[in-house]
Amino acid sequence: MWKRREEELPARPSSPPVPEPVREAPPPPPAKPSEPELPRGVAAIGKSVKIKGQIFSREDLYLDGEVEGTIEVPEHRLTVGPHGRLQASVKAREVVVLGSVNGNVEAAEKIDIRKEAKLVGDIKTGRIIIEDGAYFKGSIDIVREQPKAQAPQQPARGPAPPAQPAPSAPPGAAVQQASAAPNPSGDPKR
Amino acid sequence: MFRDRAKSPPRHGPEQQPVPGRGGRLTPAQVYSRHSHGLEEFFQSLGSQPGLNVLDWAGVSQANVDFITGRGNRLYSEDFYRLLEMHFGPGDWYASQQDPARVESFLDAVLGFPSACFDAALLWDMLEYLAPPLLEAVLARLNDAVKPGGYLLAIFHADEKIERVPVYQYRIAGPDTLWLSLRAMRAPAKLFNNRDIEKLFRHARALKFFLTRDHLREVIVRR
Repeated sequence: MWKRREEELPARPSSPPVPEPVREAPPPPPAKPSEPELPRGVAAIGKSVKIKGQIFSREDLYLDGEVEGTIEVPEHRLTVGPHGRLQASVKAREVVVLGSVNGNVEAAEKIDIRKEAKLVGDIKTGRIIIEDGAYFKGSIDIVREQPKAQAPQQPARGPAPPAQPAPSAPPGAAVQQASAAPNPSGDPKR
Repeated sequence: MFRDRAKSPPRHGPEQQPVPGRGGRLTPAQVYSRHSHGLEEFFQSLGSQPGLNVLDWAGVSQANVDFITGRGNRLYSEDFYRLLEMHFGPGDWYASQQDPARVESFLDAVLGFPSACFDAALLWDMLEYLAPPLLEAVLARLNDAVKPGGYLLAIFHADEKIERVPVYQYRIAGPDTLWLSLRAMRAPAKLFNNRDIEKLFRHARALKFFLTRDHLREVIVRR
């Protein structure tokens, strides 16, 4: 009996297939972000990107790739992500470092060096925050706020960065200038 | 004794207290605070003149940055101990310090400064971890990097019988207070008595010793 039932089974496919109710495919699950979510208005350079040259940004910049040259974010925040590798001189209103920076940094308002960060270079800033565990080699120069009497002389675009030493130059020249600048004034060299 | 004090509260100054920091790596047991006449005298010697260049071998910390830049001075921060480890460890640290190629590489990385670029230097106890040839070379470079009339602060263990000493990261909690956080235990290359220290800084204009109750010699050297 058992055997006969098995023999009957192959006959079933010959019968017309019963149409199954149409089901809509479930919407694909949202892609899991592998990187920290960035707020709107932040330009981002991913970790697989490598740039040689000059970066100028008029919005907040998140940088998780490699950059060799100069970076200017004069009125906004630059964040160097955990994979970020900078061989560059940096000027920004605010700098947050989670990765590695090799070069001089000017942060008009403040610089925040997180615990896994590595920074080799001279820092010029209004305020500095350093977490335990961060590696830093270089000089720290705290620039006191400009007296308010000078404020009306600033252009109407907003707060200007501290005195810029020179107009923008080709990337190579800018890097060279940044690394050579401190020495004539008696700054220690690394 | 200095080594024992890492485990028990100091006899003077505030009780053990954790160093504030966002990293959270330190625990109260690893940190203690101590009064430092040497530190107090060191900064008094510098005066209130702003814009001085100060070399600090302790490795960067928020406390040192705040204190030194808060005085209007410029800080040059260097983690001397970490760089020693990078160049001469692992293995026999002091044997590696006999290797001329490694010594030269270390000196260039750590003390590649122009002449007379610092007004003062905080050396802490780092000189005790240098074998004689490297010690002489480091002092020669320092002598060149610090301006004539500049000041150095060095710390030496006064107990000459101890075999291993705690390696601390020194943090400046105030004009006369240090926070010490333990990094490692290590045998020093040499323990120095007063005569040894005078010989070490034989080219200095003046030396000032502070023998502390926790068996340390704090020495201010006038270049």
